[in-house]
Amino acid sequence: MNRTRRELLKMTPLAAAGLLLSEGARTWITGKGVALSDAASGLLFRTGHLAPTFGDHQVTPLERFPLNSYLVDDPEVDLATWRLEVSGLVSKAGAYTLDAIRALPKVMQNTQHVCVEGWKVIGNFGGVRASDFLTLVGADPTARFLEVKCADDYYESLDMDSIRHPQSLLCYEMYGQPLAREHGAPLRLIMPTKLGYKQAKYIVSLRVSNVLPARLGFWEEQGYPWHGGL
Amino acid sequence: MMEHPTVVRLCHWASALAIVILIMSGLQIFAAFPSFGEKIPQRDLFIPPASITLGGFLAGGLQWHLTFAWLFVAAGVAYVVYQAISGNYTQVLFARRDIPGVWPMVRHYFLFGPKPPQHTTYNSLQKLAYTSALAFGAMLMVTGFALYKPVQLSPLVTVLGGFRFVRIWHFAAMCGLLAFIPGHIVMVAIHGWKNFASMWTGGAVTEKL
Repeated sequence: MNRTRRELLKMTPLAAAGLLLSEGARTWITGKGVALSDAASGLLFRTGHLAPTFGDHQVTPLERFPLNSYLVDDPEVDLATWRLEVSGLVSKAGAYTLDAIRALPKVMQNTQHVCVEGWKVIGNFGGVRASDFLTLVGADPTARFLEVKCADDYYESLDMDSIRHPQSLLCYEMYGQPLAREHGAPLRLIMPTKLGYKQAKYIVSLRVSNVLPARLGFWEEQGYPWHGGL
Repeated sequence: MMEHPTVVRLCHWASALAIVILIMSGLQIFAAFPSFGEKIPQRDLFIPPASITLGGFLAGGLQWHLTFAWLFVAAGVAYVVYQAISGNYTQVLFARRDIPGVWPMVRHYFLFGPKPPQHTTYNSLQKLAYTSALAFGAMLMVTGFALYKPVQLSPLVTVLGGFRFVRIWHFAAMCGLLAFIPGHIVMVAIHGWKNFASMWTGGAVTEKL
């Protein structure tokens, strides 16, 4: 190694620190870092690995289950006329009633709900496996993504591996009662393998796709990581 | 005569940069829920002031944290692998035979006691400090991964006492590493510019510190 290269090498850490003074470089570096973290999240995700489940006595009481609505607690969904619109790479696109969803095998689970802020609660959730519903609507088994749109204009996109996880629910019940309005009536996602902001409430439409939408998700557009896997 | 090898110098400054950014962005993340208790009712422990946080808000803090955590891990792994292969770890790793040497050094540094004779590159107190800093760093990495992937690493979370405790361990390890830094900087300041410069240039330091 000649002298000049040695000199340059010595300055590497200083140059790295100096680079952080430029906003463009900062955005580029953290963008790469978050992309690396998201890629690692996808690789680390194991479809067969179940999230911990808890006994009924460990469940956080419903009145202490936090609400983190981004807009309103109640977007005033008309439950009588509500339908779930399904589109994209499915053989049976259309509008599905809550009864059609409830006709699928019911799953109940006590699982942890982890918020990106750093708190967690244990909830009791009832619903159907998202994978069962995808089978019902004839979703392309090789499709990679699911887009979710909500009555409060919230939106999300998720990787299909996580959606097809056996504990990922289209949830219509909490604590044995129909989903309350503030918790996302009539239908929300419950995914103990994801952070809270990925688990959209007040769902009105699902779209199966192989390409990510331009708008990845409400919080993702504020700078939060897309994968959000736990 | 001794010098810091290139790998050690690169790892030192990479992790120094990473540690500053990780602590500040970590406090930003902590500010989003500044408690180790329940969400409802929430009892805040302390709210880190904006002057010591990085990222501006939770997502900004996360972006810094998720980026520089990789640098910290890479530098830590490279350092440990290098020390193991080169055999240099015997210079810095605190061992049972170093125990009797700790108190005389503490007495020398803090109680104006006589300077104990020194036969090794680093004295017992230095070894203790470096080894515990490395241990805190390792603990930060393990608890950090557990916080990032509490479902994929659910057995580890269980062993550590649950999600809430993992946050506590992560924070405690940060405090431990933080406690190392002022002493480290003061010692470098006292013992001269040459040693500090050597960490940059790799040049020899003739005096044993």
